[in-house]
Amino acid sequence: MGVLAAFWRRYRRNRAALIGLAIVVVVVIMAFSAPWLFPHDPLRIVGPSELWPMQDARFPLGTDSLGRDVAAGIFYGAGTTLLIGLVASLVATIIGVTIGALAGYYGGWWDDALMRFTEIFQTIPNLIFLLALVAVLGPTIENVVLGIGIISWTSIARLVRAEFMSLRDREFVLAGRAMGMSDLRLIATQILPNAIPPVIVLASLIVAGAVLFESALSFLGLSDPNIASWGRLIGEGRLLIRTSWYICAIPGVAILVTVLALNLIGDGLNDAFNPKLRNR
Amino acid sequence: MNRTLLAVRRRLWQAIPIVLGIVVINFLLLNMAPGDLVDVMAAEEQINDPDVLAKLRADYGLDQLLHVQLALYVKNVVTLDLGWSYRHGQPVWDVIVERLPATLILMLTAMALALIIGVLAGVVASWKVNTLADNLISIVAIVFFAAPSFWIGLMMIVLFSVKLGWLPVSGMTTIGTDYGVFGVLWDVVRHLIMPALALGLFYAAIYARVMRASMLEVYGFDFIRTARAKGLSESRVAFKHVLRNALLPVLTLLGLQLGTMLAGSVVIESVFSWPGIGTLVFEAVLTRNFPLVMGVLLFGSILVVIANLAVDLIYMRLDPRIELR
Repeated sequence: MGVLAAFWRRYRRNRAALIGLAIVVVVVIMAFSAPWLFPHDPLRIVGPSELWPMQDARFPLGTDSLGRDVAAGIFYGAGTTLLIGLVASLVATIIGVTIGALAGYYGGWWDDALMRFTEIFQTIPNLIFLLALVAVLGPTIENVVLGIGIISWTSIARLVRAEFMSLRDREFVLAGRAMGMSDLRLIATQILPNAIPPVIVLASLIVAGAVLFESALSFLGLSDPNIASWGRLIGEGRLLIRTSWYICAIPGVAILVTVLALNLIGDGLNDAFNPKLRNR
Repeated sequence: MNRTLLAVRRRLWQAIPIVLGIVVINFLLLNMAPGDLVDVMAAEEQINDPDVLAKLRADYGLDQLLHVQLALYVKNVVTLDLGWSYRHGQPVWDVIVERLPATLILMLTAMALALIIGVLAGVVASWKVNTLADNLISIVAIVFFAAPSFWIGLMMIVLFSVKLGWLPVSGMTTIGTDYGVFGVLWDVVRHLIMPALALGLFYAAIYARVMRASMLEVYGFDFIRTARAKGLSESRVAFKHVLRNALLPVLTLLGLQLGTMLAGSVVIESVFSWPGIGTLVFEAVLTRNFPLVMGVLLFGSILVVIANLAVDLIYMRLDPRIELR
């Protein structure tokens, strides 16, 4: 408990990071209150089409081209956005940590092969790869999450590899080896816990990136068609850009603010883990 | 010169396993796609005689074992045969090459804008560190770093096309007009401004932040003190010594982000109906034209490999200490 409290004290010093955290908390509350505030399906037509925000008290953010409630779309989209971002980042972290740990721990041939493998994924144009993956596997939410994870893990692998290379010959690892610990146990219980802080920072930034990827995919109409998402609202509203541009503007602001908040949290975590680097 | 040639050769050798890996991934994806080439052909040409289909499969080697098919695929790729796009009635390679110039124009302009805006903003921020100007640049940078590029594009359309009427909404040229050479050039530039900015501003934001940090770091090095001590003017120190060294991290990022930028142009091209590879691959995904999708994926990857090589060479020129591994 003492460690967490100290960490929170250091995190709290960064005001921007606090704002970021507050915004994400609001988005989470929006996601959880959606079914309660808007009991109807957000994809259902509930009123006249193209009502501007504030024009009708029932629809504070207006209605879209078909007469669906934009506010309901934003609230339900909050959950989709955060969930896809979080799980995709988790997938990326698992792949990246595994590959980075093996490359950094064993070095030599393993390192060469795994880093080449990483370079392949760094080279392939990421969004085109994502389009191809989702098109081949089918546009379900699981495949979208998996696809975003597959295009996002390379930076984690490089980071974990560097951490492992600098940690693997330290005394505490040698001591563990002298005690007869297996490689797997050394990796998982001795080295990995020491490499975790920068991984958490990077993973939080990958959540932000994943939100942007998901929004681009659903903007293009290639994501799961059964799910309300902010990118999708923009994609469907763009045909009316000349008259009802608010349909595109509002979800875009939601994406921008959320991604911004996630980035601020990442910066704040970084500062809190490395208090000495703060004034750079 | 000799050193450069050696470095290029070594880099090319290193690129081979990467390109091979990409080819294998492409092949696996193509194989996972529902239906093979012959199914697509059969649907387009309305063939349903099983004997004809079997013969076609044999002709294309689709009845072979997976590794034989892979070998065949590699052989085809090496001879620049990426398959056939039935929808276009052309080889995939030709379809892509036809659309390439539009995408290259968009990407290079976006990259140039990102570099100019980002480096300028970063330099100004580092000169005025911790002032209002610095803070303002930081705030604008984090906003553009968080905004989806397609949304920036749409909002620019609302402002500059719909409200102000200054710039055309979509396409690359105005159809059915004859302006002469300079007129056409100007026409393309007017069509290019918004998509290039929408694509480039995200990277400009990154470069501004990196450039600021890297300028501040280089200013602290000993050789800068030496340069000042030998009586160089402040502007000469800034441009000849600091800027040149501070650019290196930005260049590294640029090399790493070429693929991302090419991919980003898919979304931007679809927003602005820009007639490049991006709209091509988008249409291909919608029509489930998998040979074309994978062709673009492979082509784009190889483009990135080549561009990375070019970035490495620029890197070597800027910093002669760097030996290419």
